[in-house]
Amino acid sequence: MRNVMFKLGVLAAASAMAASVAARDLTVVSWGGAYQDAQRDVYFKPFMATGTKMAEESWDGGVGTLRAKIQGGNNNWDVVQVESEELLLGCEEGLYEKLDWTKLGGKDKYLPDAVNDCGVGAIVYSFILAYDGDKIKGDTPKSWADFWNTQKWPGKRALRKGPKTTLEIALLADGVAPQDVYKTLATPAGVDRAFKKLDQLKSNLVWWEKGSQPPQLLASGEVAMTDAYNGRIAAANDKDKKNFKIVWTNNLYTIDSWVIMKGTANKDDAYKYLVFVNDPNNQKNLPPKIPYGPTTKASTALIDKAVLPNLATAPENIKSAVYINDKFWLENLDKLNQRFNAWVAK
Amino acid sequence: MLPLFLFLLLAFLVPIGSMLARGIADTDVARALPRVTAELKRWDGRELPDESAYAALIADIREAREAGSLASAATRLNYDVAGFRSLLFVTGRQLPTTLTASARQTLEAIDPKWGERETWAAIRRADGPVTDFYLLAALDLRRDAERSIVGAPPEQAVFRNVLGRTLWISGMVTLICLAIGFPVAHFISRQKPATAGLLLFLVLLPFWTSLLVRTAAWVVLLLREGVLNNLFMSLGLIDAPVRMIFNRFAVYVAMVHVLLPFMVLPLYAVMKGISPTYARAASSLGAAPLTAFLRVYLPQTLPGVGAGCLMVFIQALGYYITPALVGGADDQMISYFIAFYASKTVNWGMAAALSVMLLAATLALYAVYDRMIGIDKMRLG
Repeated sequence: MRNVMFKLGVLAAASAMAASVAARDLTVVSWGGAYQDAQRDVYFKPFMATGTKMAEESWDGGVGTLRAKIQGGNNNWDVVQVESEELLLGCEEGLYEKLDWTKLGGKDKYLPDAVNDCGVGAIVYSFILAYDGDKIKGDTPKSWADFWNTQKWPGKRALRKGPKTTLEIALLADGVAPQDVYKTLATPAGVDRAFKKLDQLKSNLVWWEKGSQPPQLLASGEVAMTDAYNGRIAAANDKDKKNFKIVWTNNLYTIDSWVIMKGTANKDDAYKYLVFVNDPNNQKNLPPKIPYGPTTKASTALIDKAVLPNLATAPENIKSAVYINDKFWLENLDKLNQRFNAWVAK
Repeated sequence: MLPLFLFLLLAFLVPIGSMLARGIADTDVARALPRVTAELKRWDGRELPDESAYAALIADIREAREAGSLASAATRLNYDVAGFRSLLFVTGRQLPTTLTASARQTLEAIDPKWGERETWAAIRRADGPVTDFYLLAALDLRRDAERSIVGAPPEQAVFRNVLGRTLWISGMVTLICLAIGFPVAHFISRQKPATAGLLLFLVLLPFWTSLLVRTAAWVVLLLREGVLNNLFMSLGLIDAPVRMIFNRFAVYVAMVHVLLPFMVLPLYAVMKGISPTYARAASSLGAAPLTAFLRVYLPQTLPGVGAGCLMVFIQALGYYITPALVGGADDQMISYFIAFYASKTVNWGMAAALSVMLLAATLALYAVYDRMIGIDKMRLG
């Protein structure tokens, strides 16, 4: 018996070695959960039906993971979906292939912010102002300035803890034009101005840290208004039958991107995959499953009209939006975190 | 004895020691930029460094880009000076393959920041292998270009405040626990053994539930539309919901609830051993009840009071999850910031330095207690 087991073991080891020597299938890595379930239906399965084999994995982000893969020398990922900060850091460090945009249909095919040397945008999502439509009726808030108006709309406010997004919102509420937000924030006077604006609201502020909290804070009546990820609010309305309303004016949006890992052997298949997921006819199928906006200009016209108003990329919604400037935050987050913590503790 | 010592060493001293060591370790920059850090050791910080330092930096950046070690150095330097990260990377990208001017002119043409003393001082501050950068930062201090210690600008100062708040909250929680725990323990110590057993069981009951669940229960109770507000409103005690959560009040309530058994148990153990005959003797000698209590009973309970207070206070110092869940932004204690740096910004040096502060505060209090009351006098029963 032991002999049989031994032979089986040798066989298994040998076949495992054979598999690792053979060419690896294209491996695509995304964020897991409900999002990757939607991607599987809309992208992965139809893509495999076109004749290219692929495997999928999921990860939790962090540029360190990618750095370890590239520097460790046995990278087994080909196409990875990354957040804007990881895109910037990894591109700087040379962890990704520089993209050949002619293969992807030219830069003009995409939203301007979805185009990067190392990455092509995958989805667009926003920080928006949300309130409970069952509690605030009639005269409803319309802007971040209204978020500060506790006379007219009494009740606490919630914001995401930390300077990122909070300082932008404060400046927008103070009347800074969307295109000037980061210009203002880059000056010491601009930072002072943002904190001064926050001072006005301080006694009414509650801070959240996880994306699941804003819908809970609204549902429990703990706060009257909050900032939130648009997808979470849509999900609460959809699954928990809430009547939360979204104010899209001056929303802050960001983009997750696809990157090709440096030196991959599956570069051709990786481009085939990117061409497939950037076909507007394929992109239009994702939003009905999960409310994230597509990155090609042409897809907006193709999307189900019932879903479109929930998306950060709807023309009405993106009109006055501010693109979250990760370059600014990468430089300034350490100092502004410290200042924010000091301000909160005062 | 030896197995115990080994266990303590491996499970306790080594991991904690190696974590705390990160608070003074500073090797990232010297590893990535070895030449320029060596050059700057000779620099007095009064004028800009000389040409050889500039040349050394160019050679270092080129090599670090190849080796992929530039990122960790950039992260460390960005802690000190905002914008250092991209300064290094942009410089690395724009360096010409052959220099056509002096190293200093080349670098200053890429970014005028290379012509500022503070830029070079930041590299020098990070030259390792050990640093007081994090420890000073944990006390809201920093070193300027000439290496003398100065206070951080007021809008960047946060940790002294946080440490003070941590001590204050812990002290208040200890006092409230004592005020509630003392009569409870006294009452239990006067009961018949069967009743006392039942009451002690009730005191211990919360231990059977996890800390997280007990804290979450307080969230449900204290919310604006939570159990307590609804109850008070339906009883007509209040007209509008009272704000009871995400503030200091909620922190005190939840922490006292969790820590109260640690006060009751040592008090009970000591009070149980105090013979009632002392108080009776005092009365028979003509002492009023209050005098008998203050001069005869209370002094005998002091070892229990000391033990209870010390246990509650030291545990309260390290509290993290309870203030995080029921407190507001200005109720967070030092552990919150340790977690913030350890897991959110992955600045382990800062996390370790704050841990050192917490440990030092705990040890100092222990020493004060030992000096004033004496650890040998502490009794847990």
